[in-house]
Amino acid sequence: MSLMAAVLVALTALRVNALRSFLAILGVIFGVAAVITTVSLAQGARDAVETRIASLGASTLNITAGSRARGGRPGGAGSGTPFSDADINALRTDLDFITAASGLVQSNVTAVVDGANWPTQMIGSNAEYTEVRDWTLAEGRMFNEGETQRASRLVVIGQTTARALFPSGGALGATIRVDSQPFEIIGVLGDLGAGAFGQDQNDILLAPVTTVRSRVTGFSRAGVRDPVQQVWVKIAPGVNMETATLELEDYLRVRRNVAPGGQDNFSIRNFADLIRAFNETQRVLGLLLASAGLITLLVGGIGIMNVMLVSVTERTREIGLRLAVGARRRDIRNQFLIESVVLCSAGGVIGLGVGVLVASAIESFGPALGLTGLAVSVDPSIALIAIGSAASIGILFGFYPAMRASRLDPIEALRHE
Amino acid sequence: MSAPLIRARGLTRVYKLGGGDVHALRGVDLDIARGEYCAIMGASGSGKSTFMNLLGALDRPSSGELVIDGEALQGKRPDELARFRNRAVGFVFQQFNLLPRTTALDNVALPLLYRGWSLKKRRERAEECLRMVGLAERMDHHPSQLSGGQQQRVAIARALSGEPSILLADEPTGALDSQTSEDVMDIFDQLNASGITLIIVTHEADVGARARRRITFRDGLVVEDLT
Repeated sequence: MSLMAAVLVALTALRVNALRSFLAILGVIFGVAAVITTVSLAQGARDAVETRIASLGASTLNITAGSRARGGRPGGAGSGTPFSDADINALRTDLDFITAASGLVQSNVTAVVDGANWPTQMIGSNAEYTEVRDWTLAEGRMFNEGETQRASRLVVIGQTTARALFPSGGALGATIRVDSQPFEIIGVLGDLGAGAFGQDQNDILLAPVTTVRSRVTGFSRAGVRDPVQQVWVKIAPGVNMETATLELEDYLRVRRNVAPGGQDNFSIRNFADLIRAFNETQRVLGLLLASAGLITLLVGGIGIMNVMLVSVTERTREIGLRLAVGARRRDIRNQFLIESVVLCSAGGVIGLGVGVLVASAIESFGPALGLTGLAVSVDPSIALIAIGSAASIGILFGFYPAMRASRLDPIEALRHE
Repeated sequence: MSAPLIRARGLTRVYKLGGGDVHALRGVDLDIARGEYCAIMGASGSGKSTFMNLLGALDRPSSGELVIDGEALQGKRPDELARFRNRAVGFVFQQFNLLPRTTALDNVALPLLYRGWSLKKRRERAEECLRMVGLAERMDHHPSQLSGGQQQRVAIARALSGEPSILLADEPTGALDSQTSEDVMDIFDQLNASGITLIIVTHEADVGARARRRITFRDGLVVEDLT
């Protein structure tokens, strides 16, 4: 009997028992839908985290002064001799794998426009800061390095800040006051999304580091001219981050007089590590969710086996007749195996549809239910895997009933009531 | 005289049951020629059904020799027996054994499915066979839409579709009323008249009376063979 004829026989048998066929595949539908939903959510979450981390900068390094021990007691991160504007310039010129560098000082401030107050964070940086962080501007421009050196009272503001202070628009060109100092708004940042830990990166005032240091925070440290709290550098594309980090460490040890074998008085944070940690977490989470779905699929498979066994018993006389008119054992086995695979594959296709629907529904209505930050991404390969695994379930759990059917004795089967 | 269509020598069949061996056939010698019309008769437990199962290649003898249409059936593997049944035997059962929710046409075409014929060829042959039993206009009906006699005629058409060497009917009128039984037996008479070898297992005397040869079984042996 040809495969085509066998599939037709199976389809006919399934159509004849349409309701039971449908009930049989419910388990598979749920299983596949669960796999699709969870994997899509996990994939969406991974995509979202990757985007967020990319906004942190995969090729970005953050350098802070290390702790300084005072009388045997560590002073905590950043308590050591701070970096300065001079360090930034030296990094820029001495290390050719650094494409952009910026100092950073920050302060919590209250911005005032026409008597309206808005508590926010002010960051002082160099002109290259937006380049280091891969930040874009929605409108206006970033201040340049000349304006930074002149300590101009210019500011670029985040989108949340712009909405809060200028609900009806018109932020660009307006003046805001911070610590009684007037700043002219020359740019509005593009959407920076949420930070790696969920904080709103869009609520920000970005001004020249010199201006913020001298007029807002008054950040100073004895013995250090033009100090900054952090240094951000961007590594040239194609340069290995680990190599770059090692070279930067060597350079900074010399520049900051670390004795050979002594403890570093600075620390470098590499966001690639963070990305790796996130990916690992996501992978584990994805595996966990997918295995929950797989268990559902297995339970669905057991349901299929049950229904197929009932079907074999119910159709014993049919099997006997088919054997009598010349069906070989393998014809009978294949008939039931094909029924099972066709059932499960249909369940896989329906489950795929249900899974995509549920995933999209979660994405659409999740925020309304307080589930924020959910994203869904249906990968075409996932769909193939889901249907493929459903068909495999059909073979796996259909095999035993099919074998039982094919082993029936024709005389006994024909006599079966 | 040419070789008989069916040749049985020293045929035995022993069933192993819990208590001990049951000797259903104890050494049957029998020749049946092509074109014969035989009734196999006997009480239940006489061995006639066992003999029928052996003739239909549904079962294998415990010992002895059974040659049908030139093929020795003893020692054949199940798949070889299946191919033999498909080629050489047409079955008619007491309970018709039609596939439910399947048209008469597709029921009749079923044996040809296992012969690997195309759908078109199968249906053409099935239609031809339904016409032979006078049911050409009912070919799209399901068994539930047919009377008992019509169902048995569909079953006969199915048995004929593969052009078998022998037609085996096991109590073919057992589930029918007397008038319908007459109609079905008339079809058998016509088929035999057209040259088909017919073997009918029955315990009904009037069915047996139509056959030209009556073979009676008792306790696993042939005790009477009348022509």
